[in-house]
Parts: sequence; structure tokens; C-alpha cells
Amino acid sequence: MPTITYIQPDGAARTVDAEHGSTVMLTATTNDVDGIVAECGGNAMCATCHVYVEPEHLERLPAMEEDEDEMLGSTASPRKDNSRLSCQLEVTEELAGLVVRLPETQL
Amino acid sequence: MTGLPGVPPTSGQGEPVVVVGGGQGGFQLAVSLREAGHEGPITIVGDEPRLPYQRPPLSKEYLSGAVTADGVTLRTEQFFASRDITLALGAPVVEIDRVRREVVLGSGERLGYAHLVLATGARPRPLHVPGSDLAGVVSLRSLADAEALRVSLDGVARVVVIGGGFVGMEVAAAATRHGHAVTVVEGLDRPMARVVTPEVSDHVSGAHRASGTTILLNSAVRALRGSGGRVTAVELDTGELLPADLVVTGIGVLPNVELAEAAGLRTGNGVVVDERLVTSDPRISALGDCANYPSVHASGRRIRLESVQNAVDQARFVASRLAGDGQGRYSAVPWFWTHQHGSKVQMAGIPVLDGSHVVHGDVSAGRFSVFRFDRSGCLVTVESVNRAPDHMAARRLLAGDRRPTETDLVAAGYDLKALVA
Ligand SMILES: Cc1cc2nc3c(=O)[nH]c(=O)nc-3n(C[C@H](O)[C@H](O)[C@H](O)COP(=O)(O)OP(=O)(O)OC[C@H]3O[C@@H](n4cnc5c(N)ncnc54)[C@H](O)[C@@H]3O)c2cc1C
Ligand code: FES
Repeated sequence: MPTITYIQPDGAARTVDAEHGSTVMLTATTNDVDGIVAECGGNAMCATCHVYVEPEHLERLPAMEEDEDEMLGSTASPRKDNSRLSCQLEVTEELAGLVVRLPETQL
Repeated sequence: MTGLPGVPPTSGQGEPVVVVGGGQGGFQLAVSLREAGHEGPITIVGDEPRLPYQRPPLSKEYLSGAVTADGVTLRTEQFFASRDITLALGAPVVEIDRVRREVVLGSGERLGYAHLVLATGARPRPLHVPGSDLAGVVSLRSLADAEALRVSLDGVARVVVIGGGFVGMEVAAAATRHGHAVTVVEGLDRPMARVVTPEVSDHVSGAHRASGTTILLNSAVRALRGSGGRVTAVELDTGELLPADLVVTGIGVLPNVELAEAAGLRTGNGVVVDERLVTSDPRISALGDCANYPSVHASGRRIRLESVQNAVDQARFVASRLAGDGQGRYSAVPWFWTHQHGSKVQMAGIPVLDGSHVVHGDVSAGRFSVFRFDRSGCLVTVESVNRAPDHMAARRLLAGDRRPTETDLVAAGYDLKALVA
């Protein structure tokens, strides 16, 4: 099973098992990882599931769709080159070992 | 209407807050209230026997099998425990005792409150025609309904959906993709007519028809026919019979106001609240699908919205007011989405039915936005079909103090982002 590591703004890290077909957002909320709000439930409508992907992992991620790109323009914490919406990142074997950092705030 | 002068609609730091309803709004209220620093007890009392969950996927990803029940659950039990939020699930509130400031549960247990929040949601409007109590006639509101519907969809061939609103159309899309022969019966001249413009209705209908769904417009159901207690056909008022193994009704919802009404609170198409979402009792607030409030986005007119955005933003507003740091009026910009057959329709603002509208974009390619103006010519709603940039810009524009007119939009070449900047 792939694992995903979430690093909080204070540096605390947690690594959890991720199920295929789930998303990086759902994996966080179902494992009580703090820092993801996800109020639209994964529809790229709210930008409250923002994460910063560790740069060396960026290449492995699926390409960004237009709605994710737009929504990233509305994040509460600044958008960076490695910003993604975690609800748009489906868990696959390619994502195994992914490391993401949570922003200071989602709201 | 905002109640007794001098009684602030906030709650003291250590005082108990009780939320009736463990849906999207009740969940958000409890979480946001704790985040805002409230130190007193917070209890969610919900009649459904499960952890708070999201409804939007029930007619979309859950029906199509892309997510499971776990995938719609909002948070785990530990999440609530770690925030010291008490969950009383499978426990209907049967009475509000405003004098003693207690709610009475079905079990007879009483729970005291300093402030009470009603987030009781809505229920499907029942279909009142002969035969509507036959087996095989279902509606969709809860996860339990969705589980039953998913099971029913296995092993039937012909599905009739009564009502071409959002939920009905989404169910029709999922059932068609399951391989069923699906017919939608709609009373008006186009689906989703109460909310979206003809252009958007047409686009969505086209996608349905192309996928093999039959949509009957201007059609009224006279009766449901059955045999052996099970539905077999839908009878239209023209006498036409539509054979059906399963009938899904989606003719709108009724707000759950009975509890409030019995307690003597003001109601009328929802629990009536003021611009701060306070009911006629200053110790009681209401939010989400059950709340009828005056909206700044509808020139102060009273409205009742049924959307995640509305439940979540109202919950945040009430939480911050209760924690003592939010004042003023509730003014979040409404937004909504629906997915049908690969098309993403997004809406910002409140639909107005009596204004004008213009279409911009490529309608035939299914990428366009519709801009709706009120009678004074100001922009009130933007509907976007596969045009996320317009939607996002519209949400920001409508949050501003000055809404653009059609002339402004034309001058900006319909580049909404330029107008936001
Ligand atoms: C199938 C479906 C699809 C949807 N799709 C979308 C969508 O795509 N986008 C969108 O924005 N919105 C969508 N919605 C609407 C959205 O889900 C609702 O607007 C939202 O859930 C409202 O939240 P709420 O807390 O007000 O009510 P609810 O989520 O309905 O929660 C109310 C809860 O209170 C409980 N309750 C009622 N009375 C009592 C009582 N006396 N005691 C205890 N508990 C009580 C109810 O059982 C329920 O659990 C959809 C809804 C449905 C049903
Ligand atoms: S959960 Fe709303 S955008 Fe990801």
C-alpha cells in the first residue's frame, strides 16, 4: 500500500497508508491528519485542501486541470510553484512515498 | 424580530452550545465554534445513526460506485473526540423547552443549552399521487436512501425519475451510465428551470439525451401503477403509461421546521432568521437548508438556499458570532455546482428569474458562461459550463461592493478577471 507523509507547518510529520483510488485529501481526513478542511468534498470548488508538494515529488503527479489551476488562485495561504489541491491527487502506485506540506491556513 | 433587546446572541465562553442536526451545517458549526476558541461543551444531536457525512456525492460518485460510504463521511470519531465535541447520534430532538433552555430527546433525556443552533436540513417533498406508497418508489436525501437506491439499481432495467431538478438529473445520469433505460418526467418546459437559464438547461439536456436518457417535458404524473405491491408503471396525465421497475422522485424538498414551529419560533418556508441568522428567540440560531434569511445578494429579499456553501458559510458565521468575534450581517456569496455526464456546471450568486442575461463563450463546444442581471442592470448570477476561470472570478466580483453592469462587462471584453483586479 502506498504511504503519504504530511508535514504540519510546525514541522510535525505523519506518515499514513493510502488506499488506491482514494485521494491525498481523503487520506488525510480519514486518518485525522490536521490542516485539510476540504469543505466542498473534493470538487475543486473551495481551495481548502491546499498542499505544498515536496519539489522532488512534483514530477510524479498527474497534470493539473483547468479548474484546479483556477482554484489555486484563491488559496488562503500563498500559492507557490509546488501548490496543488490535494483532492485532485488520486492515490496511485506512482504516488507511493509522496511528501506534502500543509499551509499555515486554509481559510 | 431579532428578539429581546439586551440579550446578546452570543454564548458565554464556558456555556453549553447544542446543535440539532448532524449534517453539513451542524458539523461545521461545531468544528468552527471550537476553532474559534469556545471552551464550553458542544454537543451535536443528530437523528441519523451515523457520523456526519456529505450529501453531494450521494447522487454522483456514490451512486456511480466511485466512492464508498467511508468516502462520504466527513471526519472520524477520533476527530470529534480530540476536539471535545460530543456526538449524540441516532437521537432525534423531539422538543425545545425554551423556558428551561433544554432540548428533549426521543429517549426523554434533557440537554441544557445556553445557545441552541438548528441545523435540521430538509426532507424530500412527498409525491401525492395514488400509488406513491408502492415498493420501488424511492427518493434520495440520506446515505441510507443512497444505499437502498444503489441496491435497487442492481437488477432493474427501467428507471423513471420524477422531477428534473439537480438531484433528479444527477440520478438520471448515474442510472443511465449503469446501463438502465432512464426517463425523466419534468413538469416545466425544461429541466432545472427554477435555477438555471435556458442555455444551461439545454446544454445539460443535450448531454443527457446524447447518452440515451429520455426527457419528457411539460409532463405531469397522475398516478403510479403497480402489481403485487410493487411499482410497474408511471401514468402521465395524458394517460400515457411509462413502464418502470424503479421510480425515483426528486420534486424538491421541504425544510424541517416542525421542531421550531412547535416551540413557537417564527417559521415560513424555513425557520425565519434575521441577517445575523438569529431566530425569533435570541438564544436560538438556525442555518443551512432549514433557514430562511434576508440576503444581501437578493436585495434583502428572504431566501432559503440548499447548498454546501450555504450550510458551511452560515455555520462559520454563527460560530464566530457565538464566540463573540463576528458581528455584522451574513453576506457570503452563494455558489453551487453540479456534474452531469462530464459537464461541470458552476453557479455564483442567486438566480433571478425576472432579469436579463447574456451568453459568452462557445455554446456548441460546451464551454460558456451566462451572465444574469437584475432589473437595475447589475450582475447577480454567473452560470459557467466548463469555464472554471469565469466562475472563480464571478465569486470575487459578486463579493465586492460594486457589481458590474452589462456595459462594464462588454467594455472589459467579458474578461471577468480584469474587472476583479
Ligand atoms: C443527493 C443530494 C445531492 C446534493 N448535491 C449538492 C451539490 O452538488 N452541491 C451542493 O452545494 N449541495 C448539494 N446538495 C445539498 C446539500 O447537501 C445540502 O444543502 C446540505 O447538506 C445542507 O446542510 P444542512 O446541515 O443544512 O442539512 P443536512 O445536511 O440535511 O443535515 C440536517 C440533519 O439534521 C437531521 N435532523 C433533522 N431534524 C432533526 C431532529 N429533530 N433531531 C435530530 N436531528 C435532526 C437530519 O436527519 C440531517 O441529518 C445535495 C443534496 C442531496 C440530498
Ligand atoms: S476539497 Fe474543495 S477544492 Fe479540494
